[in-house]
Amino acid sequence: MSSDEIDYGRRRMLIAATTAMGGVGAAYVATPFILSMHPSARAEAAGAPVEVDISKLEVGQLMTVEWRGQPVWILRRDEEMLENTRSLEPLLRDPNSDELAQQPAYAKNEHRSINPEYMVMIGICTHLGCAPTFRPEVAPIDLGPEWKGGFFCPCHGSSYDLSGRVYAGVPAPTNLVVPPYHFTLSTRLVIGVDPEAV
Amino acid sequence: MSNRLSDRILSLRDWVDARFPLTKLWEDNLTKYYAPKNFNFWYYFGSLALLVLVIQVVTGIFLTMNYKPTAETAFASVEYIMRDVNWGWLIRYLHSTGASFFFIVIYLHMFRAMLYGSYRGPRELLWLIGMGLFVVLMAEAFMGYLLPWGQMSFWGAQVIISLFGAIPYIGEDLALWIRGDYVVADATLNRFFAFHVIAAPLVLIGLVVLHIVALRSVGSNNPDGIEIKKNKGPDGVPLDGIPFHPYHTVKDMVGVAVFLIIFAAVVFYAPEMGGYALEKDNFTPANPLKTPEHIAPVWYFTPFYAILRAVPDKFIGVLAMGAAIGVLFLLPWLDRSPVKSIRQRGMVFKTALTVFVVSFISLAYLGTVAATPVATLFSRIFSILYFAFFLLMPIYSRWDKTKPVPERVTFK
Repeated sequence: MSSDEIDYGRRRMLIAATTAMGGVGAAYVATPFILSMHPSARAEAAGAPVEVDISKLEVGQLMTVEWRGQPVWILRRDEEMLENTRSLEPLLRDPNSDELAQQPAYAKNEHRSINPEYMVMIGICTHLGCAPTFRPEVAPIDLGPEWKGGFFCPCHGSSYDLSGRVYAGVPAPTNLVVPPYHFTLSTRLVIGVDPEAV
Repeated sequence: MSNRLSDRILSLRDWVDARFPLTKLWEDNLTKYYAPKNFNFWYYFGSLALLVLVIQVVTGIFLTMNYKPTAETAFASVEYIMRDVNWGWLIRYLHSTGASFFFIVIYLHMFRAMLYGSYRGPRELLWLIGMGLFVVLMAEAFMGYLLPWGQMSFWGAQVIISLFGAIPYIGEDLALWIRGDYVVADATLNRFFAFHVIAAPLVLIGLVVLHIVALRSVGSNNPDGIEIKKNKGPDGVPLDGIPFHPYHTVKDMVGVAVFLIIFAAVVFYAPEMGGYALEKDNFTPANPLKTPEHIAPVWYFTPFYAILRAVPDKFIGVLAMGAAIGVLFLLPWLDRSPVKSIRQRGMVFKTALTVFVVSFISLAYLGTVAATPVATLFSRIFSILYFAFFLLMPIYSRWDKTKPVPERVTFK
């Protein structure tokens, strides 16, 4: 090949190699910028476990504590309320909590809790993140005679029973999330840490 | 004496022209850019959109001087602007009203393109750049609405960011990455401020430049939907074109005057627009533990929000909402009619366009009201009609009876 002929194959190869190397470099440079948008160390630290004293919680009462900036509900239930949630099972989308991501394994049972008396869950609607309202009364006028107590989301009309299990045919796709938690005493619990991790 | 002064100005111009294409830019874009002479009312909204952009940029810069983007201080700093900063209330109302008027102007601008087929070849890229502008504008408005840190700011952002969580597998991590915290929080507010005041406006202005460059290259469409470049005089100037400056600039100034009268009336007498532009719940500081009774986005998002709510499944709802915007991008290829303008189209297209307009406005209304069973039923009907307008277009636009396209523009 004479020196004044252009070797297009070689030229294409060099362009491709340079572009690929430039692309790899750009990806590396982009990484810190993308990662900087993840929750910071401070936000992670604010996600530290929260210890709650529930000794003053009465039957039928709901208390809200903040964990990772989210409202976590603790509801004390009696046998009648648990009976009501059992009777609702045919109306629910996932009565057996088969959706594994929605609760730790130790809360995958019919009452979705460690102790049936205390229901712990994150009070954020699984549809679009609103805070559902606590409606413990049976058969109120606005929710109809079938209502046996539960949670109703005013944003888009999703409803949950007192175990945070979602009704079928509402916009919310899954049950309310049960956060990791464990009891340190019978009336003291820590939200954010699994029992076996202790 | 005066002759010597004008000679000096001319020689200064020549000096600049030898170093920078000043005269060339002026002529190419204004005095020797020929636009159709039959522009009507609908052709005001392009230049008005540019005017509103300038209003938003200028008022935004001055708001930034007193606004503080942290969860602790944001709400109070907006109240400070409203009460204590000299003329702060006016600057803030100009900015908030400007946001609503931006969408009014853009929706009318887009409707003009649908009336006269301005998205058809050779203007497909012009339409796509414009759609890109529309999407960035929606992001800009959404992020700006978080900044006052009121209840509706907070919960609106919480709902919209949760939409990303509906994407399978990566959704939850993506939503976490966007928020920078487990819920909408200080980190979210601070980054939205950064995007709202610098990143999105830069993209917006860049796209506006591309939009105008593309327009100057293909030339404006017109109400008759014919290409004026096909009929040129011996001097190479389109016979149906007139120089953009002074003819269209003077016409646009009349439009600007009328627009500013309406704009000022809203700014001074109804800046909240009855709760549609500034929602009542937004006068309460954000409370992450309590959702307002009724969450509705600002009016310009409600058609898409109504489509989201109409679908009973979360992920499909999000897809439908995205598709409602995405399908607009495809418009140049969905329309198979031999003509562009509504003036030559038949009853089928006119009926379809009417159905679309009614659906869009009805969805906009339905998105503002609570999701009762009746409202949901109507949302579903109008959502189907909205998509039918686009998806059936390849069939009915070809099938429609059309009139012949005139050789020259009609102008009375």
